[in-house]
Amino acid sequence: MTLSPTTPPRRDLLVLVPARDEEASILQVLQGCARALPGAPILVVDDGSRDATARLARQAGARVLSHTFGMGYGAALQTGYLYALRKGFSLVVQLDADGQHDPADLPRLVEPILEGRADVTLGSRFLGKESPRISFPRKMGILFFRTLASLGLGGKGFTDPTSGYQALGRKALELLARGHFPEDYPDADVLLFLARSGCRILEVPVTMHPRTSGASMHGGIRSLYYVYKMSLSLALTPIRPKKRRRTG
Amino acid sequence: MMGLLAQAALPPAALPARQKTVAVVIALVILVVILDLVRRRKLREEYAVLWLVTGILLLVVALNYGLLLWFTRLVGAVMPVSTLLFFGILFLLLVSLQFSVRLSTTTRRVKELNQRLALLEEELRVHLEERGPRPEGDLEGEEGPKGPAGP
Repeated sequence: MTLSPTTPPRRDLLVLVPARDEEASILQVLQGCARALPGAPILVVDDGSRDATARLARQAGARVLSHTFGMGYGAALQTGYLYALRKGFSLVVQLDADGQHDPADLPRLVEPILEGRADVTLGSRFLGKESPRISFPRKMGILFFRTLASLGLGGKGFTDPTSGYQALGRKALELLARGHFPEDYPDADVLLFLARSGCRILEVPVTMHPRTSGASMHGGIRSLYYVYKMSLSLALTPIRPKKRRRTG
Repeated sequence: MMGLLAQAALPPAALPARQKTVAVVIALVILVVILDLVRRRKLREEYAVLWLVTGILLLVVALNYGLLLWFTRLVGAVMPVSTLLFFGILFLLLVSLQFSVRLSTTTRRVKELNQRLALLEEELRVHLEERGPRPEGDLEGEEGPKGPAGP
């Protein structure tokens, strides 16, 4: 089964775009999403933007949820998951609003879940033919977390555990929407948590562009904090209490 | 000179009356202030616990110097003053830890409130739109296709 423009739109599929101060790139990303998955509703979670991001997104026809103040990338994602569950969506595909993730890859992420081959798909820039140009420290960081995550998974590793380009089925959504979800940098630790909770995670090759606007989450002192936080979180994920159910 | 050193090296057998009075007064003032704060609801009972324990301990130690000496030997300190400092620092550590834990909880709760607010705002907006043309006061002020620019 393939998703092509001729396929009737699926009403249980939500495209989730967390955004903060991304007025320069948001329209392009939304147009790309509409081309790749025609008819699929798009939700922009505006994480306390101070620019026109929310207005532009709404004018472009997206649904927009606005945080009163910025709380971080992870919190924006989780708001999207909560919305998806409340509105009865069973599949969420998420991509960044800064233009790094190519919307043309959306169907590729969605298909394995629709076909029941996976509960979570992870867009990997390293599975593709072209290897992306990324900075040396970033490469080291990815390698580091790849190793850590694969240790936690008993050797079954991912090529790109820091990728935010993902699709989540209902099982994963429920796991992440209720209970704890990191507000700032969710990635390798969340994957580890999902894998340990019994989700089947599949990596899919995707294209990643250099960012077209905004500031990276990873840079300067924050990347040091990121390394610290992710290491601690990864180390503790296996021994955390299993589930903290709360009504969403 | 030697006499002074010898005096300093050995803890006095009993607390001088003046020191004892000062210590008791300080302990009492701390206790009264804490209880008054709780009474006026300026301090929650849960946060008052550590403070009350400290105040009471201070009072007990001031009244019963022998207890402090016994405790000093127990923890292996030489001077009773070291014991007091040690417990003072321990108390501050515990209070900070309690605050950090509370802060983490509060952060999570604020996040959840913010998320629910975002969901509710959107639901309300959709609901109002379904009910027909919006009245004068727009929900967000700056949103909406023809709404005026916000402040």
